[in-house]
Amino acid sequence: MSVSEPVDDRTQARRHRLSVLAQGDAALLAECWNGLGIDPECELVRGPEIGLVALRGRMGGGGAPFNLGEATATRASVRLADGTTGHAMVLGRDKAKVKLAAVIDALAQDEAMAARLDEAVIAPLQAAIAARDADRAAETAATKVDFFTMVRGDD
Amino acid sequence: MYVAVKGGEKAIRNAHRLLADRRRGDRSVPALTLAQIAGQLALAVDRVMSEGALYDRDLAALAIKQARGDMIEAIFLVRAYRTTLPRFGYSEPVDTGAMHIERRISATYKDLPGGQMLGPTFDYTHRLLDPELAGDAEVPGAGRGEGEPARAMRVSDILAEDGMIEGDGDAATETPGDITREPMEFPMERDTRLQSLSRGDEGFLLALAYSTQRGYARSHPFAGEIRIGEVEVAVDMPELGFAVTVGRVQLTECQMINQFKGSSKAPPQFTRGYGLVFGQSERKAMAMALCDRAMRARELGEDIVAPAQDEEFVVSHCDNVQASGFVEHLKLPHYVDFQAELELVRTTRAEHESRRDPGPAVAEAAE
Amino acid sequence: MAMQSNDVIVTGGFDAPVFDAQSVFRALMDAMARPGTVQAIAPRASAPAPLGSVAAALALTLCDADTPVWLDSASTQDGAVARWLGFHAGAPVTDDPAAAAFALIGDGASLGSFDRFARGTQDYPDRSAALIVQVPDLTDGPALTLTGPGIKHSATLAPSGLPARFATLWADNHALFPRGIDMVLAAPGAVAALPRTTRIAITEN
Repeated sequence: MSVSEPVDDRTQARRHRLSVLAQGDAALLAECWNGLGIDPECELVRGPEIGLVALRGRMGGGGAPFNLGEATATRASVRLADGTTGHAMVLGRDKAKVKLAAVIDALAQDEAMAARLDEAVIAPLQAAIAARDADRAAETAATKVDFFTMVRGDD
Repeated sequence: MYVAVKGGEKAIRNAHRLLADRRRGDRSVPALTLAQIAGQLALAVDRVMSEGALYDRDLAALAIKQARGDMIEAIFLVRAYRTTLPRFGYSEPVDTGAMHIERRISATYKDLPGGQMLGPTFDYTHRLLDPELAGDAEVPGAGRGEGEPARAMRVSDILAEDGMIEGDGDAATETPGDITREPMEFPMERDTRLQSLSRGDEGFLLALAYSTQRGYARSHPFAGEIRIGEVEVAVDMPELGFAVTVGRVQLTECQMINQFKGSSKAPPQFTRGYGLVFGQSERKAMAMALCDRAMRARELGEDIVAPAQDEEFVVSHCDNVQASGFVEHLKLPHYVDFQAELELVRTTRAEHESRRDPGPAVAEAAE
Repeated sequence: MAMQSNDVIVTGGFDAPVFDAQSVFRALMDAMARPGTVQAIAPRASAPAPLGSVAAALALTLCDADTPVWLDSASTQDGAVARWLGFHAGAPVTDDPAAAAFALIGDGASLGSFDRFARGTQDYPDRSAALIVQVPDLTDGPALTLTGPGIKHSATLAPSGLPARFATLWADNHALFPRGIDMVLAAPGAVAALPRTTRIAITEN
């Protein structure tokens, strides 16, 4: 299974959107979505279903890969009334969140809608993720060791 | 030989009902919530995720509650659950170099780039029981420091620059073996050994790691680096044609550095053992790294003289679900086996007695 | 890779994945346990041509991310079958027949030697391929007389659309036991199986 590198901006944007949706808080996602007030007609073509993703690490951190264990994951695929499909996969077992992420992925295939979604949903989620990371980093930074060397006296 | 027996259904039903009652305990005490277990017994949850080989905090918390805190029973429950789920695919190998660091220390380099951050550690506590925790006293929030959440360089990369330490090695294949899919075969490659160790029993691996320090395989280890934090997990989605981040997992990584005198195959240098474990599981990651290094004996041309170096011994016995299954099956009915053995012992005993001289010797012995 | 939606790819999976897969598996298990019997499979899945509904349902039941699938030339034409399998079953498609856990043969008449497929080892005879072969029917072709485990005296199966030398190919396969491939014959609405333990004689008429 090879991973093709994303080539164009649209692909890049789609990948970014799905990554933010996956890492974002489910309650905030629902809140931002509800704020948009849209309720598109859509059909689930697969899932939402719970399964596993096998997680891999690398020997020594950067060597050959090995299988570390598994994580629960949920995936969904939806189709809008116009035939556009959207897909999402997120670690954990939150079916509602994953279905919503797939709907957002489908809607964002339309450029005008993508801009609206990025502003109303993706940007606030990303800001919340960054804020949480900054909090954690600051708390960790407070535990940083400042070494000072004790000089042994001669007399 | 096993012979099916029937009976005991009512006893079993009532035993399980009694189990549920005892698990709940005193009804005047509030029941534990999963959020309490996941939040306040987080390292127990991490152990169940790690040895259950399934990353899901809520499921691990449920398993601990259902198992009444019996960790191996909880791990068994998680392992059983994971067999019911389809596997969607494989992640790209996680990049621990890009970890969101929560703790990162080195016992070999004081001034490593990015600094040493203790994080939420038990180290340097006095191990005095704290009576305050018996109640629900107010706990102040964490302190906050300055600093960029910089990408923290791996300690192994520092020594690697001047060739003093072995590198990570080349990735000969991007599709590692999988002990959950293929039967184990020995000799075993390092990829499947690491997979076994990562889900291996902490106590077993800890004891073996300890044995290497006490001279059963000379290891001279240093904790080159230990880091704990979240990494992003990316999965290639064929329907999209590219990989997307599907979330994050918290991992503990240990780079153990070992003095190596060299062999016919390699010059004197530092070699490494590697530990990578779900959650905050530092002791386990360190033990894993020591065992990994010990089992590389064959690869590095070392003599195999100690249990920790014997991959068949270590890997075959480190899984606590397998181990408890085989040990605990002894309590299931073996009535027919035992009757058969009883007959055998009676017969051989009778033969033994008939072979002895029946005359005065017996009389003497009786005196 | 095409990014646009493709109805042929994302539709046609099981409506109730657990129950549908169980039901198909049951039919297949019965077919395997009693070679020569024909087990009905109701339409539950639809895949891009040339994969019929029964072969599609079998593929969804048996294939997953851990089972590389090899497709014959009839099934590889426009890549649609491969993408459908990837989406609904997560199964990777391989060009190397020796690496395949399952082979989907869209056109049974094109069936060649089984040598190119994995036939297991003496230690691990299970490391072999199962061939899912589409045929037009199971009753109107040359009669094959089957004997072996799971068959009381003998059974008769008459699949159409297999190559003329099929009985020879099968005899070679049977001779390898415990190694060898297993075969599932997928006809419209029904399935039959030829496990490697089954012996075939062409019925003279």
